[in-house]
Amino acid sequence: MKDIPITRTPSRRGLLKGIAAGTGTLAAAGAFPGFIQAQSSEPIRLGFQLHRTGIGAAYGRWYERTAQAALQVLNDAGGINGRPVEILFEDDGTDPKRGAEVVEKLATQGRCDAVFGALFSNVVVGSAPRAGELRIPYLVCSEGHHVASGITNRWTLQPGITDVKSQVQAMAPWVAANLGKKVTMVFPDYAFGYDHRDFFTAAMEAQGGEVVELIAIPPTETSFTRHLPRIPSETEVLYHVMVGPAVLTFVKELGEFYGTGDHPEIFGFIDSLEAVDIAGPGLEFLEGTHFWEGHPRCLQPGASEHETFYRAAVGVDDNGASVSDAREVSTYAHMFSAWETLFVIKAGMEAAGYQGPDDRQAFVEAIEAMTEMPLSREHPQGDKVFNGRTHQVFGHQHISKVAEGRLEVVHTTSIEDGLYPDEVDYTTQPF
Amino acid sequence: MDFGPFLLLATMEGLVMAAVLALTAVGLSLVFGVMRVVNVAHGEFFMLGAVLAWFVTASVPGPPALGFAAALVVCPLIVGGIAALADRAILKRLDYDPEATIVATIGLLYIFQQAALSLYGPDARPVQAPFDWRLQFPWFGYSGYKLAVVAAAALLLLGVRQLLVRSRIGLVMRATQYDRETATAFGIDVDRVYALVFALGAALAAVAAVLIVPIQQAHYLMGGDPLLLSFIVVIIGGLGSLRGTVLAAVLIGLSDGIVSVFFSPTLAKILATLLVALVLVFRPQGLFGQRAA
Amino acid sequence: MTGHRGAILGLHLGVIGVLAALYFVLPAYHVSNLARIMVLSVFAMGYNIAFGYTGLLSLGHALFFASGLYATGTLVQLAGWPAGPGLLAGIAGGALAALAVGLLALRTTGVAFMIVTLMFAQAGYLLILYFGPLTRGDEGYVIDRASRVVAGLDLSDDRTRYFAALALFALALLACLALVRSPTGRVLVAMRENAERSRMLGYDPFRYRLIGLVASGLLAGASGAAYGLMFGYVGATFASIQYSILPLLWVLLGGAGTVLGPFLGTLVMFYLVDLSSSVTTAHLMVVGLALLALVLFARKGLLGSLRERALPWLP
Repeated sequence: MKDIPITRTPSRRGLLKGIAAGTGTLAAAGAFPGFIQAQSSEPIRLGFQLHRTGIGAAYGRWYERTAQAALQVLNDAGGINGRPVEILFEDDGTDPKRGAEVVEKLATQGRCDAVFGALFSNVVVGSAPRAGELRIPYLVCSEGHHVASGITNRWTLQPGITDVKSQVQAMAPWVAANLGKKVTMVFPDYAFGYDHRDFFTAAMEAQGGEVVELIAIPPTETSFTRHLPRIPSETEVLYHVMVGPAVLTFVKELGEFYGTGDHPEIFGFIDSLEAVDIAGPGLEFLEGTHFWEGHPRCLQPGASEHETFYRAAVGVDDNGASVSDAREVSTYAHMFSAWETLFVIKAGMEAAGYQGPDDRQAFVEAIEAMTEMPLSREHPQGDKVFNGRTHQVFGHQHISKVAEGRLEVVHTTSIEDGLYPDEVDYTTQPF
Repeated sequence: MDFGPFLLLATMEGLVMAAVLALTAVGLSLVFGVMRVVNVAHGEFFMLGAVLAWFVTASVPGPPALGFAAALVVCPLIVGGIAALADRAILKRLDYDPEATIVATIGLLYIFQQAALSLYGPDARPVQAPFDWRLQFPWFGYSGYKLAVVAAAALLLLGVRQLLVRSRIGLVMRATQYDRETATAFGIDVDRVYALVFALGAALAAVAAVLIVPIQQAHYLMGGDPLLLSFIVVIIGGLGSLRGTVLAAVLIGLSDGIVSVFFSPTLAKILATLLVALVLVFRPQGLFGQRAA
Repeated sequence: MTGHRGAILGLHLGVIGVLAALYFVLPAYHVSNLARIMVLSVFAMGYNIAFGYTGLLSLGHALFFASGLYATGTLVQLAGWPAGPGLLAGIAGGALAALAVGLLALRTTGVAFMIVTLMFAQAGYLLILYFGPLTRGDEGYVIDRASRVVAGLDLSDDRTRYFAALALFALALLACLALVRSPTGRVLVAMRENAERSRMLGYDPFRYRLIGLVASGLLAGASGAAYGLMFGYVGATFASIQYSILPLLWVLLGGAGTVLGPFLGTLVMFYLVDLSSSVTTAHLMVVGLALLALVLFARKGLLGSLRERALPWLP
């Protein structure tokens, strides 16, 4: 976000927001009078903004499965405050316009207590304003830097997955020390790509390295080879992160381009290959290259009992594929966020003594008060630290090397590696 | 990389893109030329071809070439059959009303996408090329299969041309394209011709998809790009002109490739897009079209 | 036609009145949906002027919508303009974009026009990405709630938003009605029906098509600008090809060349998606089948077919 000169005038904004918030409460109370006095034995209803169709569908399918598995575990253990929990899944088509409509539908028609699940950052940014107006907690599972950058609002939180800024900052030292200091970055001409560009460049410079070339690829591209000659020959590390259905083409074409000849060290974000079998045809080239993984796709030796429990509950085998179809590879590096976010909701609601929509504000404040989240069944990806001021969680990152078609973790960052100064303090903003 | 090799690579990529464009456009050229309907679902026939190719290659044992050959036969037949059905059940009942056809084919687009999503899934899946051959230049490597696609495109286009010019059915199609009423008066069953053309156009899209899917991947949303690109190619080339279609594909492919040597990727795409638009602005009938109202 | 003047005016005012009354009757969810539909149907009405009345099949209207959205968004959120002037700038942005595109694209007609507008819109979409440091590309940005106040009206408040959307909708609807019943509007229709004949009668087709396209872009820009201010989000998705095809679909569904058709089409399409996704996870299939059924039953769109069969006076 640092590129956009957003004018912030806290006093005027605060005043108007206060007024708007006041009228909003009245409207909400008038709209469903019966709901406010909901019986405490009624199920807690959570809305899930699901990328069932559109370009996020490969993620959406696994986010749904993960959330369903977490829900089962949650309800088997007595639900939230002794109340059973229901999740309403609603497709947003991975579209920001429909995303905002879905938040509306889940909040008003679905009478949900909170909404979670969105991954694609355009959906998050498109939906957050409406969630704020509706005064419904909106918990995103997106890894975007939008929440922590301060452009969303008090009702929007990201307690289940580390943001991109933290991820790249945490990994840059290892890349600089082990792979090389002269980096060429290939990334989508998307905001997601800009975050990588800006934060990785800064982090590399802090390590005494430099980014020698930036290659931003427009999303309309289906073939990439003709842009590859832009990679300068002095490049020591090629950093790639791509999203969308054409990513596999990119990696294959990279392999064809370099072939058997010399090539720089290659460091990629697993986003380029989520839901793709890394041992598939045309990807032999990836052998020996490195990837960031939010959560290691292949079961690692010495994995925690929580990790194996989570894997079994979601139905993922040791290679990160569906237990029912080995060709169906999961989005393992990201989907834990749906699981962990659900358990953050449970912890937050229990801490707030949540009864119904009247307690939404207390629920948000309870999450803001959270700090440590230890490795547990609720947090199988690892321990985390939540920053209540920026509404962003920080966890460990993994760097894995492809060896014989499997991703083997070679480095795990500490949480401190990924911390950065706050860019916003949501707790000072009115509800 | 030095300028020379960069240009060489860009030119080769441009040629491959031209081949891909010509392949995807030839089916639409036929449908649009003869029937004059905007078929928004054309890209979905391409997608169905690619997705079916994945199913066929995954289920045929033995070397990849065998499965690929099977896909080249099976996919166009199935997709052509679906198209003929759609023509008979829907488009014919709409009397090929241009506006109603747009809505109907958008409806078909949704149906095909949902079918692919439900039955095939949301993942992008690779289909193995029939052979694995790489060309190693001193500066870069290149996929031999991509060059084979260029050759296959040339062969297929020649075949379609022969069909149109030499065969009886080609003559009937051209007659229908030229003047529907007269064709009817001469005893041509225009309904059958239309169904045939629609099926043939879809089958050609499927053949193109099978050829192209090893260098891209099968994905349920992959139909959008081929749809737009093939419309652009067909109209730049001039309606109903196969020669124009090919020339437009080469023009767009090469300009897209070569512009990318000089500008950053997104800027290159913007300039190439505007360039193509301006060709039409100053030659609205297309490269080989007749001036008409 | 003149004999039905009262009925025509009554019908359109009646629709506006019913929409105003619905605010007090409908549950909150549908109130909010209607606000969105009314704003987006202004986009569709704009498309209808170009396509339904002037006969220009454009595949690039997302550019005009996005011009309004981005002109307003950039000025209000990034340059700190007040929302009122920002809104006007957005409306002007849509009209100017249409003027610029029209000057070049109207050298062509028919399918070539379709492709030229498509390519210009695609270039516009890519430009938004190219200026990513400013626009945040596909992710877009939020317009602060405090900035979304036009003439003292807070557009983030549900009631204010609904009636602001209704006001915009009513204004656009009545303007469309006035346009199509005006001499200029009749010339536009004549252009659609037979450009050559109109030319011989002394009307310059280029000039009238340009008028039609600019009026169309103006409404599209107004819709985009209002959408940004009312819902607080600006993003490149709205400039993508999908948002050029949607208004075409809405107009065809409701009935091209009918004043109320665009609204009806937008409404039907919205609820097709919304209701079907409540019923099944394979909701695209339901939407697709419904579109086929609708078009088989009403080839000229809902109101177009109604006009053909029962109400020939419908404008």
